[in-house]
Amino acid sequence: MATGDNLTTTAYIQHHLQNLTFGLHPENGWSFATSAEQATEMGFWAIHVDTMAWSIGLGILFLWVFRMAAKTATTGVPSGLQNFVEMMVEFVDNSVRETFHGKSKLIAPLSLTIFCWIFLMNLMDLVPVDFLPMLAQKIGALFGADPSHVYFKVVPTTDVNATLGMSLSVFALIIFYSIREKGFSGFVAELTLHPFNASNPFVQALLIPVNFLLEAVTLLAKPVSLALRLFGNLYAGELIFILIAMVGLWQLPLHFAWATFHILIITLQAFIFMMLTIVYLSMASEKH
Amino acid sequence: MNLNLTLIGQAIAFAVFVWFCMKFVWPPVMQALQERQKKIADGLDAASRATRDLELAEEQAAEQLKESKEQAAQIIEQAHKRANQMIEEARDNARLEGERMIESARGEIEQETQRAKEELRAQVATLAIQGAERILDSSIDEARHRELVDKLAAEL
Repeated sequence: MATGDNLTTTAYIQHHLQNLTFGLHPENGWSFATSAEQATEMGFWAIHVDTMAWSIGLGILFLWVFRMAAKTATTGVPSGLQNFVEMMVEFVDNSVRETFHGKSKLIAPLSLTIFCWIFLMNLMDLVPVDFLPMLAQKIGALFGADPSHVYFKVVPTTDVNATLGMSLSVFALIIFYSIREKGFSGFVAELTLHPFNASNPFVQALLIPVNFLLEAVTLLAKPVSLALRLFGNLYAGELIFILIAMVGLWQLPLHFAWATFHILIITLQAFIFMMLTIVYLSMASEKH
Repeated sequence: MNLNLTLIGQAIAFAVFVWFCMKFVWPPVMQALQERQKKIADGLDAASRATRDLELAEEQAAEQLKESKEQAAQIIEQAHKRANQMIEEARDNARLEGERMIESARGEIEQETQRAKEELRAQVATLAIQGAERILDSSIDEARHRELVDKLAAEL
């Protein structure tokens, strides 16, 4: 409860769940939103600065560390960092080999990026919930902003935009791989000639809309479930951290217990996102 | 929870990260891994080959040792045989030589004896006649008695 005594519990939670939004407001023009209502009014032409900054920063951190290890990679006895990087690379490579049987230069690095990046973004959940937002408020106050209007959400994966952005990219890859492996007609046939099939052309024509409806739902459910699974897990975890932060001194053991349990969720969700991506792409590139 | 530009920004960031990872991170690490794998495999291969070579060499050495032992035994046996043969030959030669020497000595003795007998015979006749002459003085017909004494001497 570090955000001030004048805040009610609801306001505290809401404050924590609001992103720092920069966008085109109908009245104020391009500006930072000072309230949740303003952020909503901005509509699509707004950007979550905190989400972008943390996700890009963590992505660069991941790539920097791995690039450093890759540049100094020797075939001799590996050093500590190289050992770690090689372990990760081998782990991802094995996961890809077991599931994806086609040949692709993209899938394995894609999976590695997904796993490490999501893991790092999820990891921000373990930073005490008030720590970085408080820091942001202090910095905001230095620039003359009202501290209670400086919103700051540290965990990018609790922003549905971030998870959906990734899952839609994966969705695009699914469609790309489907068309590349089966051709456009093959992709359309897959959408319209399954699961119901008839030898009579007239009955088949009737069945095509039904098939298309079913297959379209199946296809669209992939990116949506991928995004919402990660988002939901991390959002709920974050919410529990916020709730724990409000129970006074008892938060210390509770926070410790939940954080310990959350380590599992963090890793598991990153792994699930990676595995499902591999599975979806291998399904897309295999003929039935 | 609003869907906004962040979505597109995230997608772009994601694409860039994946591209970077695919271009600059994955290949060198994978290459290092594969090269090390190959190196280790080669090393293990060389080690097993060396072990096999060592075994082979030991086997060869043992075989050669056995062969040379056999040869040595053979040579020693031959030498023994040869030595025995030489001793046998020497013994035979010595015996033959000895026998021959004995034979020749015996022949010489025989000859000597024969000559001595001849001499004696000649002298005995003369002595006997001289003795008889002395005993009988010259009363004896030398021609007649000489025949007799010669006959006697021949009987010796």
